[in-house]
Amino acid sequence: MLTSSRRQRIDDLAAGGGAPDAGVSLAVSAWRRLRRSPLFLVGAAIIGVFVVMALLAPWLAQHDPALRLLDDQVSRARNEIPPAQPGHPLGGDQQGRDLYSRMLLGSQQTLLVAVLATVIGLGGGLVLGTLAGAIGGWVDSVVMRLVDVMLSIPSLLLAVSVGALFARQTQFTVILAVAIVQIPIFARLLRGSMLAQRASDHVLAARALGVRRRAIVFRHMLPNSLGPVVVQSTLVLAIAIIDAAALSFLGLGAADDSVPEWGQMLGRAQDVIDSHPQLAFWPAGAIITVALGFTLVGESLRDALDPKNRR
Amino acid sequence: MALLEVDDLSVVFTRKGEQPVVAVDGVSFDVDPGQTVGLVGESGCGKSVTALAIMGLLPRRGVRVSGSVRFDGTELLGLPAAAMRDRRGRDLGMVFQDPLSSLNPVVPIGLQITEVLERHRRTPRKKAMVQAGDLLTRVGIPDPRRRLDEYPHQLSGGMRQRALIAMALACRPKLLLADEPTTALDVTIQAQILALLAELVRAGDTDLGDTDLGDTALVMITHDLGVVAGLCDEVNVLYGGRVVERGPRHPLFAAPHHPYTVGLLASVPRLDGPRGQRLSPIRGSVSDNIPWTSGCAFAPRCPNVLGACTSVTPEMEFGPDERLLRCHNPVPAPQEVRA
Amino acid sequence: MSDVLVDVDGLKVHFPIKRGIVHDRTVGYVYAVDGVDLAIRRGETYGLVGESGCGKSTLGRAVLRLSEPTAGRVVFDGTDLAQLSGEPLRRMRRRMQMVFQDPLSSLDPRQSVQSLLVEGLRAHELDRGAEATAARLRELLDVVGLPANALRRYPHEFSGGQRQRIGIARALTVEPDLIVADEPVSALDVSVQAQVLNLLEDLQAQFGLTYLVIAHDLAVVRHIADRVGVMYLGGIVEEADADALYTEPRHPYTRALLSAIPVPDPEVEDRREQILLTGDLPSPAAPPSGCRFHTRCPWRQPSRCDTERPPLREIRPGHRVACHYAEDIAAGRITAPTGLSASRG
Ligand SMILES: Nc1ncnc2c1ncn2[C@@H]1O[C@H](COP(=O)(O)OP(=O)(O)OP(=O)(O)O)[C@@H](O)[C@H]1O
Ligand SMILES: Nc1ncnc2c1ncn2[C@@H]1O[C@H](COP(=O)(O)OP(=O)(O)OP(=O)(O)O)[C@@H](O)[C@H]1O
Ligand code: SF4
Ligand SMILES: [Mg+2]
Ligand SMILES: [Mg+2]
Repeated sequence: MLTSSRRQRIDDLAAGGGAPDAGVSLAVSAWRRLRRSPLFLVGAAIIGVFVVMALLAPWLAQHDPALRLLDDQVSRARNEIPPAQPGHPLGGDQQGRDLYSRMLLGSQQTLLVAVLATVIGLGGGLVLGTLAGAIGGWVDSVVMRLVDVMLSIPSLLLAVSVGALFARQTQFTVILAVAIVQIPIFARLLRGSMLAQRASDHVLAARALGVRRRAIVFRHMLPNSLGPVVVQSTLVLAIAIIDAAALSFLGLGAADDSVPEWGQMLGRAQDVIDSHPQLAFWPAGAIITVALGFTLVGESLRDALDPKNRR
Repeated sequence: MALLEVDDLSVVFTRKGEQPVVAVDGVSFDVDPGQTVGLVGESGCGKSVTALAIMGLLPRRGVRVSGSVRFDGTELLGLPAAAMRDRRGRDLGMVFQDPLSSLNPVVPIGLQITEVLERHRRTPRKKAMVQAGDLLTRVGIPDPRRRLDEYPHQLSGGMRQRALIAMALACRPKLLLADEPTTALDVTIQAQILALLAELVRAGDTDLGDTDLGDTALVMITHDLGVVAGLCDEVNVLYGGRVVERGPRHPLFAAPHHPYTVGLLASVPRLDGPRGQRLSPIRGSVSDNIPWTSGCAFAPRCPNVLGACTSVTPEMEFGPDERLLRCHNPVPAPQEVRA
Repeated sequence: MSDVLVDVDGLKVHFPIKRGIVHDRTVGYVYAVDGVDLAIRRGETYGLVGESGCGKSTLGRAVLRLSEPTAGRVVFDGTDLAQLSGEPLRRMRRRMQMVFQDPLSSLDPRQSVQSLLVEGLRAHELDRGAEATAARLRELLDVVGLPANALRRYPHEFSGGQRQRIGIARALTVEPDLIVADEPVSALDVSVQAQVLNLLEDLQAQFGLTYLVIAHDLAVVRHIADRVGVMYLGGIVEEADADALYTEPRHPYTRALLSAIPVPDPEVEDRREQILLTGDLPSPAAPPSGCRFHTRCPWRQPSRCDTERPPLREIRPGHRVACHYAEDIAAGRITAPTGLSASRG
């Protein structure tokens, strides 16, 4: 049931955005509606702050995130962790490193994970979806069987399994695990809108004109199929951040923690969550806020691009 | 006294942050009891919006309606919603272009008709069912007993339109508004529906018993000049939200005087016309209109245009042959046009 | 060089109806085109008319081999199109073009007019340098009556009639011999239809084009075509010169169709005898046995009509009819039962 409803949703999304619509006016009218949408503005503001934070982190952070500056205040026996104090507004972590600096620099890694995972997922999905949608026939059947099998596994379970395949977990294995889960979603989405394009009048017109197949796929079908994919990418940015955090939380995150990452920080905070909830609070809050930002933007994009909302 | 008097009806769609759209810009026409009146014009000239305004079916928000619609002596504009609902279905019936979307997809045809009868006539369910069956027979649906229990999607397009007509006529309304009732149908089916409408509204000289439908006035909205020529007593030609020419069908088609009417007639190929003759299209397209307030909306496309046409708004006046016209420079006689 | 440019022979296009959850099972066929023979001569306009769903568009596409025929042949200028595929077929497309019903949906919304027009040139290596291409595009715009500044604009910035001109210009870029126009004016405003019809006539005279014009409006087809084929449920039931078809229709369906079309002239409307057909068009997935038209035919005879499919036979030079009793009906030996005709007005 779960899988069929997921598949259904992907297909609906593909059908929605695949409608042949006026290109420029579609973008312009979507932008007009976006500008007036409060949800979009909130989401965009969150993302803006997050990206700026990631870019400026090296200058904003006063301390090296790997240095155990407050090591003397850490005591494993008495379960003590440095509290907030002058120069260290959020205090330190279990190893006496400055939490504030780690949070700032952690945004870089989180952004990297989100963007890379999405790009890889999108890339894989684009290739598979284009193959299936443009060539059709047995290629389509094979690709779609594969995709359906992957979709039938709950996504976190799939990510965990992929993550566990690697002997040594690094940041990259996390990214890969998260990305692979997204490939079938992108593939199915793209194939759906490519099929709609293939049946459309303007593709028939190009065929009648004798345009080569490659040109039809890359000039006509693909550009007109990308609307739903753009929406999905925005949503996947949010999903990737959460999935990466979940993997770290389950102990499949990067082993090395000298480079901070929010999901990993949250995972490490598990042991001390009762006595020192602040170690979990900050990364968890940041993850939720940023994921919310991407989701808001994605959902308002979807609304704005929906042809049914156009006049 | 006329049954329906539409006077200077204007409908403006106002949406926040957008240019207001003037959909209907001062339409006036009358309908006498039992008369068939045509509203003819191209896409976007305001035919459907006029019909919706008469029926009180326009949304209340974001729409400015002005002018007057008097039905049987009562002003309909500004009538409370409940009173208007009461009139619809009982005194005023409407048939739409797309029969599927105007029937309730999850209610059987029979129930949809009896609902109207129960609501407006307080007819008991049993009796209403019998009448609904008679109605379906009257509109030419074979095997009506079975059809009563069927859902709209089980009927063909032509049959749905018949069912819709049956519903609109269930309470013997004094006026039936038909908005492009045959545009979505094939010509052979269109011919069936038009014949049916013509028969239903023809003066009640025959005794049809309980389903006597005579003396209903009909407002026929269409873009097809041929449909108007065969069916309507009185023809109104619309352009850009206003009536530009009005007259009884015979003289109007024999000698159109408004340049738009003339142009429209010359631009459609006629089935019975001589072959190999070039059509004379109207230049430009509807989007070239200028607002009525600054002259004649048709001026940018008009072959007869004068200087005054782009500065003085033409009024509806009697032109040649006692024809009502809105034009500074009407086309004089048909011979000179056809030549 | 033969006189015939397109020869369609026994053409059938059947679409499988698939059903099933796990495995797609074919439960039947839509007999969209079911045995069509016709020949289009060089330089003429062949008009194809019929009601919605009778298979006109499918036939038009099969002629251009945009849909795969189930059976039969389409011979274009001596070449059997069914034998072609891949690159040779693509090359052949230069010589046969299509104009679509909905000019907006048939133009890629994301391409400017310029790139839409250049595309055809490029596909067939007809673009010889920027200069020459620019000159060719200007010439094309001029021919179809579009302003020169149209090149940088996008399809949605034009009116319906102008969009159709873009579609026509696009078909002309590759200098085709044949143009199949599928309902070229039915999406246009009445006052604009005539502009496009006149344009099509001018282009034919100028470039010696051959047309297959498909429309549901017999008045439009009669106006533009030299010969007309009337389709009913996947087959041609009558074919004649445009004038003969109007003055001497021989198939009962053609008669009904002619009598059903409203004419914008009250005098004609008042006088006219209508042949009102009963019932609706049967589904092309379950066409009636024998004569496809027998379920609605006012002249049907009990003996043969529902069992034997009448072939399209020549009753006079250039006039073909698919009715067993065409001559008898014309001579008045068979009459329709009364009550089926009614006059309107
Ligand atoms: N809800 C609406 N909001 C804004 N503008 C509208 C609305 N409904 C109609 N219009 C505009 O009003 C004008 C008249 O529309 P209307 O539907 O009456 O045309 P019509 O004559 O019935 O045309 P058609 O032959 O296409 O049905 C059009 O320009 C249309 O764009
Ligand atoms: N790709 C397809 N798959 C299945 N059935 C099809 C397909 N294309 C057309 N049909 C069916 O074939 C029949 C003929 O369709 P076609 O589009 O040729 O009709 P048409 O005469 O052009 O009608 P219209 O006037 O509505 O355009 C219809 O019943 C249609 O539903
Ligand atoms: S063959 Fe028979 S049923 Fe068919 S058109 Fe002729 S008379 Fe009518
Ligand atoms: Mg309308
Ligand atoms: Mg078609």
